[in-house]
Amino acid sequence: MLLISCPNCGSRDETEFHYGGQAHVPYPENPNELNDREWAEYLFYRDNTKGTFAERWLHSTGCRQWFNMLRDTVTYDIQAVYPMGAPRPSTAVPAAPESGTASLAADSTTTGTTAPSTSATSTAPGITKSGTTAPEGATK
Amino acid sequence: MANTAAFAGINGLREIRRSPASHLAKAMETGSVPGTVALKEGPFQTMAGVRVDPNSEEGARIASVAGGLPARCGEVGGKEGVSVLWLGPSEFLVVAPEEAHDSLGGDLIGSLTAALGDAPGQVVDLSANRTTFELSGPRARAVLEKGCALDLHPRSFTPGTAVSTEVGNIPVALLKSGEESFRLFPRASFADYLGRWLLDAMREFASPEVP
Ligand SMILES: [Zn+2]
Repeated sequence: MLLISCPNCGSRDETEFHYGGQAHVPYPENPNELNDREWAEYLFYRDNTKGTFAERWLHSTGCRQWFNMLRDTVTYDIQAVYPMGAPRPSTAVPAAPESGTASLAADSTTTGTTAPSTSATSTAPGITKSGTTAPEGATK
Repeated sequence: MANTAAFAGINGLREIRRSPASHLAKAMETGSVPGTVALKEGPFQTMAGVRVDPNSEEGARIASVAGGLPARCGEVGGKEGVSVLWLGPSEFLVVAPEEAHDSLGGDLIGSLTAALGDAPGQVVDLSANRTTFELSGPRARAVLEKGCALDLHPRSFTPGTAVSTEVGNIPVALLKSGEESFRLFPRASFADYLGRWLLDAMREFASPEVP
């Protein structure tokens, strides 16, 4: 079970959320100019990232608001939570290495310098407190 | 816009209205353990779903009718007899006694609708959408904790606060109404399930505690 830090409600169980797929997939500016292949790629083709992945989540049984999240698809480590429309925050945690020997230990040696908001997952506010846990790097 | 017109001329139907968990009334009575934990379905209430930007002019108008809008998750606004639960940054649930409904002589829905006016947002009469369960007693928290992952300890979940969350895997609005009492607002179609779930969770407290 993941503990996900909703920007509005604070830390909640994964079961309260719905997954919204890859983030930052913009709607084509001129959909009519796309050929079938480009349209199909917009609709159906998504990254299959091993490592840090930007994805959309919906707090469906809470505040019913969407937000973006950076999550490591190998370790499930949630590295940042940031608003819809905000650019992907830079993170010091690298993607899992190609070799397939990804481990928490390898990652932890490179964290702690400029990571924007690993705290978003670990110090989620209580339910009675303000739930603003957007990372420092996130802007409106 | 509130569809209050549909309620005109329903006089006489009020008497045959049945609450979503009325068939469990007897079971709740026998399932309650006096002095330990008690469950009952609350009376009908007038509820309105409100979507409005709380920082806008129309938000201020709605707030003055409802008695104040909560600013963030957990907070409850309102005034004497009216509670306003925070459901989202621009979504609120207004809960008031049944008599506040326009069809029964009140004016809650109508005045909220008038306060919104033509501004962006909505006021929807949701009085039949949810029912109310009252769970109380020294073990009420222990019962809820079997199916709610939130920190329900009094240091975190204080009387007068409310959250939208899951209890027994279904979505409910959960209001802490007193030191040892909770009010749950499940949607009507979940009333039977949640009622039985709570009764099952309460069952162990009817037996003497095994040391
Ligand atoms: Zn939320």
